[in-house]
This record gives sequence, C-alpha cells and structure tokens, in this order.
Amino acid sequence: MDIIKFTSKKSFSIGFIGFVLVLLAALPLYAKGYTPILLTSIFMYVILSVSWTLFSGPTGYMSLATAAFFGVGIYTAAFLGKTLPLPVFIISGGLISSIVALLVGALTLRLRGIYFAIFTFGLVMLISNLLLFWELHAMETRGRFVVIVDYNTIYYTMLIIFVALMLTAYFIRRSKFGLALQSIGENEEAAAHIGINVTLVKVVNFAVSAFFIGAAGATIATRWTYVDPYIAFNPLFSFLPVLMAIFGGMGQLYGPVIGAVIFAYLQEILITRFAELYMLIFGVILVFSILYIPNGLVGLIQKWRKGGQAGEHASN
Amino acid sequence: MLEVCNIDTFYGKIQALWGVSLRIDEAEIVALVGANGAGKTTLLNTISGLLCPASGSATFLDKRIDGLTPHYIAELGISHIPEGRRLFPVMSVRENLEMGAYTYHAWKRKEETLEEVYRVFPLLKEREGQLARTLSGGEQQMLAMGRGLMSRPRLCMFDEPSSGLAPRLVLEVFKVIKTLREQGITILLIEQNVKRTLEIADRAYVLENGRIVSEGKSSELLQNNHIKKAYLGL
Repeated sequence: MDIIKFTSKKSFSIGFIGFVLVLLAALPLYAKGYTPILLTSIFMYVILSVSWTLFSGPTGYMSLATAAFFGVGIYTAAFLGKTLPLPVFIISGGLISSIVALLVGALTLRLRGIYFAIFTFGLVMLISNLLLFWELHAMETRGRFVVIVDYNTIYYTMLIIFVALMLTAYFIRRSKFGLALQSIGENEEAAAHIGINVTLVKVVNFAVSAFFIGAAGATIATRWTYVDPYIAFNPLFSFLPVLMAIFGGMGQLYGPVIGAVIFAYLQEILITRFAELYMLIFGVILVFSILYIPNGLVGLIQKWRKGGQAGEHASN
Repeated sequence: MLEVCNIDTFYGKIQALWGVSLRIDEAEIVALVGANGAGKTTLLNTISGLLCPASGSATFLDKRIDGLTPHYIAELGISHIPEGRRLFPVMSVRENLEMGAYTYHAWKRKEETLEEVYRVFPLLKEREGQLARTLSGGEQQMLAMGRGLMSRPRLCMFDEPSSGLAPRLVLEVFKVIKTLREQGITILLIEQNVKRTLEIADRAYVLENGRIVSEGKSSELLQNNHIKKAYLGL
C-alpha cells in the first residue's frame, strides 16, 4: 500500500515537473514581449541561488564569491562573444569561472567560518578592481560592449542552464559525493578520519557551482549589451543568492528555487514602483524570515505537511 | 604490520613527539598508555596522516605511509576511531555507518559489512533510522566504533573509546575490542583505564612527554613499579 502510494506520488511529481518544463519550453510561442524577459531574469536568480546552495548548503562554507564567478562569466562573454558562437562562449564563461574557483578554492578552502566568507568577498573586489585597472591603464577605455543576442535565444539558453543545473544538483545530492559534502558540513574532522579527501571534494564542488554561475553570467551579459567592472562585479550578486536561498530554505532542492522566484519577481515589482525602497523591503523580509522561519519556506511547508499527516493519523 | 620509526612531530614550532618508535604485529592488541598531553592522540593522528611528521618513518604492510594524505592511508586499511566520537549528528545511524565505508574498496561491500557490524552491535540495527545526535553516550560510542569497522580495516586505532561511559558500558567496549581481535583485526588502543587495558593488551608502550619511556609485554608492565605508581595508583 505504502509502495503504491509512494510510486504514484513520485510519478505525479515527475509528471508535474515535465508539464512545467513543456510550458516553459513553449513559452515564447504564446507569450510575447515582456514575459520571456522577466522569466530570463528569474531563471538567472534561480541559477545563482541554487548554485550557491549547491556548495554552501551542505558544506556550511558561506561563499560570497558568487558575484566574482558571475562577473568572470560576463567578461568572458564580452571578450569572446563577438568572435565565437553562442554555446562556445557561454560554456567558456562557465569553464573560466570554474578554473578561477579551482585556484581560489585550493588556496582558501582551508579557511573556515567568517574568514572564508570575507576572503570570497574580497575576491569579488580584487577581480573587479584588477579589471578596472587594466582597462584604464592598458586599454584606456572603461567598459565594453557585448554581442547582442535576441531575447528568445537568451531565454532558451538560461532555461537549458537551469535544467542542467537542477539535474546536476539532484544527482549530486543522491550520490556518494553528495554524502561526502554533507559529512564535511556536519563534522569535517570526522570526514577526514573516515577517509574522505575533504579538500578535493570541496574544491571540485566549488568549481561545479562556479561553472553554472559563470555560464549564467555569460548569458545575461548579452542582454545587458554594455558592461564595465562595476556592473559585472556588483556585490549584490553575492548577497542576493544567499538571501534567496535562506528565504526559500536549503533543506530541499526546491527551496532556493522558490526563494529566488519570489524574490526576483518581487524585485521586478518593487523596482518599478518603489525604486528607492526596494532594498529596504528586502532587508526587512530577510530579518523576519530569519527570525520566524529559520528553515525557510521549505521548513514551513514540511512543518505544515507533518501537521497535516498527524491530523490524518488522529482522525484514522 | 605497522612499524613507526623515530618519529618527530611538531605543532608549529612546538615539538610534541620525540623520536617515537613503535611496532605492531598482525592480530595483536597493542596499548598506548600515558598521561594527558603525553602525545598519544598526536601519535595516532600522525599514523593516520592528519599530521605530518617532521622526520622519521612509518611503514604499514611494507609500504611507507608517512607524508601520505589521510584518505589514502584509510584506503590502505587503517581505521582511526577518534576521541570524542565525532559522529555526523544530523545523519541517521545507518547513514553514519555507510559513510564509514567511504573508501573505494569498502564501498563495494558495504551492505555485507553493514550486516557484520549489526551482528557485533545489534543495538545499532534497532536504532538504524534515528539521528546520531539522539543516541545516548554509550550508543554513540558503539556507532563510532561501528563506523570505524565499516571501512573493513586491517588495523583499528581506538582513541579512548571508554571515555565518559558508565562502568558497565566500559566493560562492553572492552568486550567488543576482544571480539574484533578474534576476527583478525589488529588493534592499537589508547585508554585512560590503564589496568583493564593492560589486561586485554598483548603488549604496551608508555608515552611520557612525547617520548616512549618503556615498552614490553603487558603482563610485565603490570608488575613494573614505575607504572604501578604513576598509572595504577598502587
């Protein structure tokens, strides 16, 4: 009985996910203009937030390097976009971000807690200022133009990166590698004791997460058409994904997705209506969600479900 | 089986081990006794690769292991059950055990090993789905030992497995260690409970201020006046 219930529930969720994917894939056919553009932004935030959670969720290492990897992706698109075809420069954006993550990770993943957070944030500033210095002194121009791509192509690219990321995150969670990540988060010393190569696991995961962040950056750059180091390495892109993941809840894969969708949509509304106030409103929401729903929306949903089940049992 | 030769280990500039040598033969129980801060844990950490010795050598099954990384040494068949258990608190008992089989060769046989571990610790099977942090102290120690066995080790190093346990549970721990030896696992044991330790061990080393000050058959050490005075309070 339970097994039947379980499989039907599982096939239901697979069916539901498939249905949503078909709707999303067919979107440009029935929704024109603003909707694909809005959804592209939402996907971008979902990718940033899920990628952040992919690394920082299980390991407990608070990374603020998201803006660095994002910016590296953006600048890769700016440099390579005019000469290389779209898939190539987007994958390059991801790969170059990964390489940066590998180098930085190998150097800094021995730092723990707040030191790691500060270093990763310093990385954003470092790369951004190095680029600025180089542009001003060697190129004598600030900023550059990015190749223009039509909105539907950008939308589909983002969708593909999103699907690839979700699949990767799903399989990592269920793999031996995912277990290793979780055990590092719970007790890193014990993880080393049982024979996990903790440095390798952390660095590889950091690089995987950076790949998707970089690819998203390379994609969105084509919509922004002009970038300079301040735009590309905006520190907000380090903080927003964290906020979204905390709000959504990191216990489940869909947590950061929900968080990012809600916040990205909220941002669109707030920016147009209360442009000066929107960061303030974000801040207030974050404070309240940490105080009252520390496990995010996911925690709330699970609590509510459990309550429902307990009720069912009681009535039986 | 394990041969440690003239090891010096430092924490930064402070030297913790001074020319320590130690030998363990197949299927032996060897005890390492000494006061707090004598360097017992440091020696275990050096053997398992968590610390790198500044000089000297360590050989396991005719292979040099000093300077190798911990995951590589674990793969060779040394299991280190650290002091204070160090479980994964929000993983279930079963998940904790499965993580113990993380090494490449152990992962392939983890279901089979799990059955064996459950046979040694039937209680863990009952508690299979419970989170590790909800176990009692004794159960947590059983879990830590079980997790150490999941890697199918040739050599098991226990760091104070009885610390913080009730006397009856301490007996239980010693019983398990004896059973493991009967199954052919070689054991290096650190214990505060010197008398009982020397009773089950074949040989023992006494560590003081980072140096081995005496070694020999446990039965002989039990008769040694210095040992009697310093550790047995006789």
